Amino acid sequence: MALTSWGQLPASPAAEERWWDERSAPLPEVGGTLLAYGNGRSYGDVCLNGGGTLLRGRGLWHFISFDPENGRLVCEAGVLLADILDVFVPRGWFLPVTPGTRFVTVGGAIANDVHGKNHHRAGTFGRHVRRFELLRSDGSRRVCSLTENAEWFAATIGGLGLTGLMTWAEIELRRIAGSGVAVENRRFTGIDEFFAINAEAEARHEYTVAWIDCLANTPRGILMAGDHAESGSLADVAKRPLSLPATPPISLVNGLTLRAFNFAYFHRPLPATAVVHYVPYFYPLDGILHWNRLYGRKGFYQYQCALPSGARDALGEILRGIAVSGQGSFLAVLKTFGEIPSPGLLSFPLPGMTLALDFSNSGSETLALFDRLDAIVGAAGGRLYPAKDARMSGRFFRGSNPRFDEFANFIDPKFSSDFWRRATA
Amino acid sequence: MQKILIVGAASAIAEAAARRWASGGNALFLVGRNAARLETIAGDVRVSGAASVGVFAMDANEVAAHPAMLQAAEKSLGGLDIALIAHGTLPDQKACERSVELTLREIGTNGLSVVALATLLGERFGKQGSGSVAVIGSVAGDRGRQSNYVYGAAKGMVGLFLQGLRNRLASKGVQVLTVKPGFVDTPMTAAFKKGALWAQPDDIAAGILRAIGKKRDVVYLPGFWRAIMTVIRHIPESVFKKMSL
Ligand SMILES: Cc1cc2nc3c(=O)[nH]c(=O)nc-3n(C[C@H](O)[C@H](O)[C@H](O)COP(=O)(O)OP(=O)(O)OC[C@H]3O[C@@H](n4cnc5c(N)ncnc54)[C@H](O)[C@@H]3O)c2cc1C
Ligand SMILES: NC(=O)c1ccc[n+]([C@@H]2O[C@H](COP(=O)([O-])OP(=O)(O)OC[C@H]3O[C@@H](n4cnc5c(N)ncnc54)[C@H](OP(=O)(O)O)[C@@H]3O)[C@@H](O)[C@H]2O)c1
Repeated sequence: MALTSWGQLPASPAAEERWWDERSAPLPEVGGTLLAYGNGRSYGDVCLNGGGTLLRGRGLWHFISFDPENGRLVCEAGVLLADILDVFVPRGWFLPVTPGTRFVTVGGAIANDVHGKNHHRAGTFGRHVRRFELLRSDGSRRVCSLTENAEWFAATIGGLGLTGLMTWAEIELRRIAGSGVAVENRRFTGIDEFFAINAEAEARHEYTVAWIDCLANTPRGILMAGDHAESGSLADVAKRPLSLPATPPISLVNGLTLRAFNFAYFHRPLPATAVVHYVPYFYPLDGILHWNRLYGRKGFYQYQCALPSGARDALGEILRGIAVSGQGSFLAVLKTFGEIPSPGLLSFPLPGMTLALDFSNSGSETLALFDRLDAIVGAAGGRLYPAKDARMSGRFFRGSNPRFDEFANFIDPKFSSDFWRRATA
Repeated sequence: MQKILIVGAASAIAEAAARRWASGGNALFLVGRNAARLETIAGDVRVSGAASVGVFAMDANEVAAHPAMLQAAEKSLGGLDIALIAHGTLPDQKACERSVELTLREIGTNGLSVVALATLLGERFGKQGSGSVAVIGSVAGDRGRQSNYVYGAAKGMVGLFLQGLRNRLASKGVQVLTVKPGFVDTPMTAAFKKGALWAQPDDIAAGILRAIGKKRDVVYLPGFWRAIMTVIRHIPESVFKKMSL
């Protein structure tokens, strides 16, 4: 079994996979192209390099130093966010920004400039990166920051692994008083109600995110706001994750299981407020390793778009399009993005909102739906998230990323990916 | 706080174990053959919370260096509670078949050097009347197969040797643990295709710490390998010899 991405879609394998575990070593001489592979938590093909070489950056998994005065952690780029949490939560520190899974590497988090439930307060992950070292195929090494090699810093944050290999990075952790999160849940019906209660929640809470049922006639959902507990224990009591051991031959996710799930999920008894451990709050899906196997051998897609603030109508149109199609799954997430800009040239978030949901791979039917959604997203001035994408056209990607040409100047001539070949086709 | 020596500390499995021990605030002494690599790992376990970290560069095949290494470890740690022996190589079986020299060298690295270290540590812990020696063997040591019997023979020797040592030290309160991992996704096995049976180094590390805590004798990691190896061990030799394994 070759290295795959999270969506498990059919892809041509890399010609070679190499462990990369020595940060002072030069990049290998290879005939074809190179790409760093983090932990394969991207859904599509940004972390794949069919016919080329994948460098398994997870081998660079060492912490280098930590300054308890200011929370600055220097670590190799293959360190997992989960490793950081395991070591630092008990000492009262937390990630400045975290995606919905903790099994991603620091290098992967920078290369996709990931966002979390606190985007409206903290911006993207890249805003909390102080420095990193970029190793290029010509043997050069650059320490990049906002002030040093600033243009390389900007190109590499959200740079999809194409500017070279990051060997180490310095990020700034934030203080927490307890490992719990105080959560407030509110049901909503209709998009207008979502925006109304969300605006209120964003003013008061550090974290907000909504689960949304796209199959209902009128979209409905649950807004989950949270803040780090102001007291309590720092002890880590997360359970060991279960694992779905094998891929069933067919998808276990279909229209029937979906409607039943969504109905039950919306109507489940829901405490208005509660304090929960940070793991189930931030990483509800990490409790089952390899849940992606649920979708069977054909794999699945995630569709994640960002829309500018004014584009509520477009959001409504997208949700209707999905409801009518009868496709789309229970993992639909709606979140607003704040105004804080990212330092990255190709960073995905823009001030407005983002919708993400999974789709079983039903072949051309699914792809046709995505094309319809793209048209709405494009007309509204939005874009799609490369970390989740396996199918957008090169034209769409270039058209929706105004700094594409500027970025292209910084690509390492030896580096490429399946995504990039598509994006430039 | 426990005082822990790790030989082969740069192994992926040992590194994961070191980080777990470090975040529990234990004292560590790391032995491997690449000094620069040991410094990298020492930095990692320091950040992870180790009470203290010492390093020592040594090739495990240099048996004459073992006593000095052990002395340095005890000095740095201020005693010794646990020793993990993790180093190893995965021989090129085909190349071994053509070279007696290579075969003996691989038996040396995976077998004799481990026997030498276990002898020293057994003596040391026996006198102390406490302590744990944990050694990473392999499921490959349970039965000889054409695809890797040089490695298997070395690991099998280690398994038998530890059985005897365990028998000798049981009455002295010393734990002798044989760890038998199945397939683990580490640099050692980078060339193999990975399937559902493959475990991550940290899973094995967690299992090792658990087994030491529970004073176990022999553990298969992950646990399902015990069942697989029971079946494999019970296939009659007349049948087994014809199988392509
Ligand atoms: C359940 C789940 C929930 C998620 N939730 C979110 C979310 O809330 N927000 C969000 O933003 N994302 C989310 N994601 C996506 C995920 O955070 C990103 O895809 C992330 O980048 C994956 O990191 P990785 O380490 O697995 O990298 P990979 O997927 O292996 O690689 C990602 C990119 O990073 C590059 N890269 C990796 N290491 C290096 C390096 N050392 N140097 C240079 N480039 C490198 C690769 O070349 C590739 O382009 C989620 C994913 C899953 C599976
Ligand atoms: N991976 C598996 O599938 C698997 C399965 C069963 C058992 N095991 C066993 O698990 C243990 C750890 O291996 P791993 O999988 O973690 O592989 P690994 O990461 O390749 O580690 C092996 C380590 O052994 C060291 N080493 C080799 N020869 C040495 C010598 N002569 N002196 C000192 N150190 C030496 C290597 O040092 P350098 O870094 O200097 O090369 C390397 O750090 C080994 O005993 C292995 O046999 C592994």
